[in-house]
Amino acid sequence: MDQQREHILDIRDLRVQYHTDTGLVKAVEGLNLSLARGETLGLVGETGAGKTTTALAIMQLIASPPGRIAGGSIFFEGEDMLAKSEEEKRHIRGGKIAMIFQDPMTSLNPVLSVQEQIAEMIRLHQKVTDKEALEKARDMLGLVGLRPERGPDYPHQFSGGMKQRVVIAIALACSPRLLIADEPTTALDVTIQAQILELMQQLKQHFNTATILISHDLGVVAQLCDSVAIMYAGRILEKADAKSLYANPQHPYTQGLFNSIPDMTKNVTRLNTIAGLPPDPTELPPGCCFAPRCAHASGACSEGSPRMVEYKPGHFVACSRMNGNGGGALGPAEERGQAHG
Amino acid sequence: MTRFLLRRILAMIPVCLGVTFLLFSLLYVTPGDPARLVLGEEATEESLQEFRREHYLDRPLLTRYGLFIYNTVVHQDMGRSYMTRRPVTGEIANTFPVTLNLASGSIVLATVMGLAFGIICAVKQYSIFDNITMVIAMLGISTPLFYLGILLILWFSVQLQWVPSSGFDSLSQRLLPWITLSATSMSIITRMTRSSMLEVIRSDYVRTARAKGQTERVVILKHALRNALIPIITIVGIQFGHLLGGAILTESVFSIPGMGRLAVDAIKARDYPIVQGAVLYIAMAYVVINLLVDLLYAWVDPKLRTQCR
Ligand SMILES: Nc1ncnc2c1ncn2[C@@H]1O[C@H](COP(=O)(O)OP(=O)(O)O)[C@@H](O)[C@H]1O
Ligand SMILES: [Mg+2]
Repeated sequence: MDQQREHILDIRDLRVQYHTDTGLVKAVEGLNLSLARGETLGLVGETGAGKTTTALAIMQLIASPPGRIAGGSIFFEGEDMLAKSEEEKRHIRGGKIAMIFQDPMTSLNPVLSVQEQIAEMIRLHQKVTDKEALEKARDMLGLVGLRPERGPDYPHQFSGGMKQRVVIAIALACSPRLLIADEPTTALDVTIQAQILELMQQLKQHFNTATILISHDLGVVAQLCDSVAIMYAGRILEKADAKSLYANPQHPYTQGLFNSIPDMTKNVTRLNTIAGLPPDPTELPPGCCFAPRCAHASGACSEGSPRMVEYKPGHFVACSRMNGNGGGALGPAEERGQAHG
Repeated sequence: MTRFLLRRILAMIPVCLGVTFLLFSLLYVTPGDPARLVLGEEATEESLQEFRREHYLDRPLLTRYGLFIYNTVVHQDMGRSYMTRRPVTGEIANTFPVTLNLASGSIVLATVMGLAFGIICAVKQYSIFDNITMVIAMLGISTPLFYLGILLILWFSVQLQWVPSSGFDSLSQRLLPWITLSATSMSIITRMTRSSMLEVIRSDYVRTARAKGQTERVVILKHALRNALIPIITIVGIQFGHLLGGAILTESVFSIPGMGRLAVDAIKARDYPIVQGAVLYIAMAYVVINLLVDLLYAWVDPKLRTQCR
């Protein structure tokens, strides 16, 4: 109970599945994650790891069909999101948890002016007149570095980077307690990426919002995040504060990710990549999902998912190599997770 | 915007000229002698010649066309019917409103119902409602209009005796013709709305709207529908064109004194002035509908609106 009050978000043993023609896609499979107030967490993983699915599950926006939250719980400010009515969820969406989607080119409605799209958010969650909402919408445009006079313009009159600024303005319009940014810079040019990250850094300080920054780029995460969680095949393999993780990655997968970042100081002709491919989400391997690609894999790895152990205070790793090193399990949730794995 | 309108209205002129010229050429090469048909088998060669001279039927094609345009534009006179001797403008003034009412009533019915059914089908994809509606829409598209009209008369007028089977004065008389004429268009608009909505419902901006905490009703009707409308408007415009054609058949089935029936009778009798007048009106109606469709586009799609400025 104490932990719940402390944490703004506490996800336990979350499982999300999609029913598709080719089979049951286990997009998220026994995910545990928590976030303190004001914390900025980087959620890192390859495409298909289940990052977007996790974000949508937190928002309670998993499209059904084909998706379904098959198990687990999501506590937001100590209350179970899964137990809430649709009405209550609507007040939380946008008002308390806001989300920035991956592709700014498609996440704005092409037939509505940008100020209307920001004002809509404000009208939904605050008691304001239409005029006040529009005024506040224009203020938000100024805050994200756009000219407020551009409010009546339509999305097609803006560039990609400017659109993402509008998307950020929408997300922050009601000062949410939790912001989920799903690869906010992936679709943008490198120079624009830097500007958007800079903007997010500023706004993070301005609003003091707890943030989950989803990315497949460890470099982006390093700039903004206090802590980092490494996601693979629907699970968290390693979580630690950013410093500890970057200095001392423990999980073989995390180590592989760091090794595959090209090092410009050395004269290498080949990129180090992790051998093999991520597992087919319709047929996850038994035991550790990374074992088939892991250089250190032994027989023990294919028997039951490895439990999360605290390698160092605040640095958690789910790898059977760690299990010998002592360190307690995170909590009862992890044991439940094993029963499912 | 006014410049856009002006340009479009000016563009009506060449269209109407082209359509009427095509019609003149067609009538010129079609067999059948109006003089003979009007005056009857016993008419003397002299009276036939007299008739042709009086109506310029002995002149070359271009002269006849020029005279028609000149009289229509300068005197607003499209001649008199060979059969009834009444002015064409009067005959059309009597019948065109009926046809317009039939066609626009049908298109309104088709659009309103098509949108409603299409939206529900998209929101409840693969539900029983969706499946049944899609089967009925398939039937609606493949059933010939005259056949449906006769079936409806048999059921609702002859057996159940709920509504009269002919005429077009009271609402009860208009119901069956409207339904008959709108069936195909309604089916097409339903299917178009469904597929267009399905595409839009899965789009990122609809997800953004949900992520704002917007209610499902507003998400569908404000965010999704406005975008889905763009291709639907095209279809509605095309269907209105088809409806004007279908109106002719519907008027025959339900004995409605409209311009379609007037034109068909005139073609049979080689009553050229009536045919010319009717075709000119239908051509103008087409052009006006196209203009309305373009205005609707500009209203819905800000990309076009910002270009027109
Ligand atoms: N709507 C969906 N229907 C079916 N499968 C889906 C859907 N969305 C995601 N998935 C599958 O779930 C897995 C995780 O996807 P996602 O959460 O988008 O990963 P990420 O954001 O990390 O790239 C992938 O295998 C993907 O194919
Ligand atoms: Mg993603």
